[in-house]
Amino acid sequence: MSTATISRRAFLGTTGAIVIGFTLVPRLMAQEVRGPRLPGSLSKNADLDAWLRVESDGSVTVFTGKAELGQGIKTALTQIAAEELDLPIGRIHMITADTAQTPNEGYTAGSQSIQDSGSAIRQAAAEARAILVGLAAERLNTPADKLETADGAVRVPGGQSVGYGELIGGKKFAKKAEGKVKPKDTSRYTVAGTSVARLDLPNKVFGKPAFVQDIRLPGMVHGRVVQPPSYSAKLLSADEGGVARLPGVLKVMHDGSFLGVIAEREDQAIRAADALRASAKWQEEANLPDMNAMPAWLKANVDSVMRVVDGTPKPDAPVPDPISKDGVDRVEAVYSKPYIMHGSIGPSAAVAHMTGGMLTVWSHSQGVYPLRDTIALMLKMDKNRIHVIHAEGAGCYGHNAADDAAGDAAMLAAGFPDRPVRVQWMRNDEHGWEPYNSAMLLEVSAGLKDGRIAYWNYDLWSTSHGTRPRGRGPGSELTAAWHKAEAMPLPEAEINNGRHYGEHRNTDPIYDVGEARIVRHFCKKMPVRVSSTRSLGSFSNVFAIESFMDELAYRAKIDPVQFRLNHLKDDRAREVLTLAAQKAGWRERTAPAGANGNGGNGKMKGQGIAFAQYKNEKCYAAIVVDLEVDRATGVVKLLKATIAGEAGQYINPDGMANQLEGGFVQAASWALKEQVTYDKSRITSRDWAGYPIITFAEAPEVEVHLINRADLPSLGAGEAAQGPAGAAVANAIYDATGLRLRDAPLTPDKIKAAIG
Amino acid sequence: MAQISLRVNGQAQTVNVEADTPLLYVLRNDLGLSGPKYGCGLSQCGACTVVVGGQAVRSCNMPVSAASGKDITTVEGLGTPEKPHPLQAAFLAEQAAQCGYCTSGMIMQASALLSQNAKADDSQIREHMNGNLCRCGAYPRMVRAIKRAAKDMGA
Repeated sequence: MSTATISRRAFLGTTGAIVIGFTLVPRLMAQEVRGPRLPGSLSKNADLDAWLRVESDGSVTVFTGKAELGQGIKTALTQIAAEELDLPIGRIHMITADTAQTPNEGYTAGSQSIQDSGSAIRQAAAEARAILVGLAAERLNTPADKLETADGAVRVPGGQSVGYGELIGGKKFAKKAEGKVKPKDTSRYTVAGTSVARLDLPNKVFGKPAFVQDIRLPGMVHGRVVQPPSYSAKLLSADEGGVARLPGVLKVMHDGSFLGVIAEREDQAIRAADALRASAKWQEEANLPDMNAMPAWLKANVDSVMRVVDGTPKPDAPVPDPISKDGVDRVEAVYSKPYIMHGSIGPSAAVAHMTGGMLTVWSHSQGVYPLRDTIALMLKMDKNRIHVIHAEGAGCYGHNAADDAAGDAAMLAAGFPDRPVRVQWMRNDEHGWEPYNSAMLLEVSAGLKDGRIAYWNYDLWSTSHGTRPRGRGPGSELTAAWHKAEAMPLPEAEINNGRHYGEHRNTDPIYDVGEARIVRHFCKKMPVRVSSTRSLGSFSNVFAIESFMDELAYRAKIDPVQFRLNHLKDDRAREVLTLAAQKAGWRERTAPAGANGNGGNGKMKGQGIAFAQYKNEKCYAAIVVDLEVDRATGVVKLLKATIAGEAGQYINPDGMANQLEGGFVQAASWALKEQVTYDKSRITSRDWAGYPIITFAEAPEVEVHLINRADLPSLGAGEAAQGPAGAAVANAIYDATGLRLRDAPLTPDKIKAAIG
Repeated sequence: MAQISLRVNGQAQTVNVEADTPLLYVLRNDLGLSGPKYGCGLSQCGACTVVVGGQAVRSCNMPVSAASGKDITTVEGLGTPEKPHPLQAAFLAEQAAQCGYCTSGMIMQASALLSQNAKADDSQIREHMNGNLCRCGAYPRMVRAIKRAAKDMGA
């Protein structure tokens, strides 16, 4: 990884001299200084005591409603607090997402945590520090402006000092944040902005308990739920009596189509669940659409057609006809992407304990408060009698089965009070029942005149990207609630018109494309279970837009990097794009290498680039992929990915680089290999053999180059690589072969068929 | 139920379980170890990897009876924060994880390679590790970490 801190500078790209303008800096700074409005989640909860507490030993406990998902947020938020409080990292204790202790910050999602929680903690800590200095001024009989803070104490420079613990340890601040204290200038940062090692990794490397799966409570028993074989399956019968007599079985639970078992030992619970599954008779329907004809299904099932302007669907705006212009070269392309899964390596798990009418649930849900409220509705309990505590799970990358496992554990615990019940889904359950990222269809057309884009039409079709637990009826988002006798079915999909919210995330190109007509076609039906998956619609939209930009560049006979720069006004975007090209050794071209008998009969080498700014407002990421395609087999070998990223002031550069490189590897896997498969009634990709993902040997070398904008606000970076990754791979395959593949996944079979 | 004697991380242990219980559940639940993880139960992902008799094995698919009489090592037995194994130190130095759920299996799989061939090169490492899945895409960092550990062990 390389990093560069830039306020303004010029550098020479391979495609020509590019001067980084600094006129935009004052404009963005002006946006940052908005007056007294409190930043991030502090605006919803201004009580300083909700965010931090000074302990009597002088350490500080910090509370965040956001959860560690393996993205390193706990470390980054600790750095922010440490910086603002002038306290060593080791004396900060971070409490994450807990309905009894932390602020309600909704979901940990959308690359929002640094902006929501980070900015809140930064401001709250700055105000706390000012209060501490005020208290010390009285104690030390010295004016506050003559005092400084360091190492957890307020001191007279070169003289007396008093520790934070002595000043307020164990007491409340009893004050609300007012937004008047100015946080530390980023130029004085010594902890934030540096690559502090992840605080959670040592436990994982030494095998200490670190995950919800590792929780062991006294008297804990093990539960397993027999998930139905298909979405439509209704339970007719099962050998409950026989299974109840198996060794260690404590209870068989049958409530409608909810079928579960509790046993003393985990292996006994698994054996009992296997026996129950083997004995169960189900009634199923053949009601799933043809997995090979999803584009047609999407087109035939549209409920809402809406124009999208600036990433925002407009319910009241008329939907214009597609733009077309005389005397302009028209280029068209259609792209598609199938259902893909989160595919967490650790199947979802939870522990639930019902005792004295109180239910405690440990879950790796991304939203402990909405989960609590949703469980309350399912069990008809007062939500104030439910306590949900976040504990880490395996990387989830969105709404996987975490909440469902918690719902299962809650159901079992409610029927078997006084002993904690641990539930873990089996691999087959996770693969078959998690909510996937929706299949999507993207149609693009544009006019080209004199090497420039003259107009732009973009139509997208999708089902929902958001069926997370909402904590309100009607119905429920939890599988257990769907299956119990008094069924609470999944409510109808909401049509969400928030800016860059779901399927329309990154629909509008960041480029200057002239007149643009962008339309979202939304299908409410969800024949296959879907919800939020890392970057939501952005992966598909950027795959289409950035593949299409490449198609236009080659059509115009302009180098793909130069063509993008010709349509890109945002200087930060230009810099990131240019940096990636430069570091990757971008070879200027106006025709694909594959057009000229590339590699003979052997390996065809290719290079491709793609770029996006996540949600057109967060981290900028440009990726160059070098790969080779085996002409005989169609197998793609990724050789190298070169990533450039910029997310304003970075908090932890190594953590950001880790997110970008991991995001690339994951999204390259989506693009090259992944597709959920199903027959007329059942999901059939139920393990890693049926749903292969990228492996060790297939992953390329990845190089990351970061730009730090110490003068600009910190932006979320956790999903920024997803979109450009897929398109950069497709564009490199085009360069290698001269073949444009538009339907993900770009498998060897499809490539071989295209080579002919 | 059968009484089965095991030698785990250098210590003799006796457990009372069904003889065909997968070793994974005995390590986790009878012996209280958290390193080996359940991932698939099918030997497809490697999250449960431990070293038995010098070989990396999938503990989710090995009956506990088959491990009896052999030396079993889990990530807990490899090293401690005070005295880390070079692989543990290298995974921390390279920050070679995101969520970390696969980490213990990765380290154990790599330890079996390096104990036999501390000079393993890039392609040998990738080939040996190919059955261990990471969904966060931390493979490139893990390659760096394993190479760093190999260098430290050879030094």
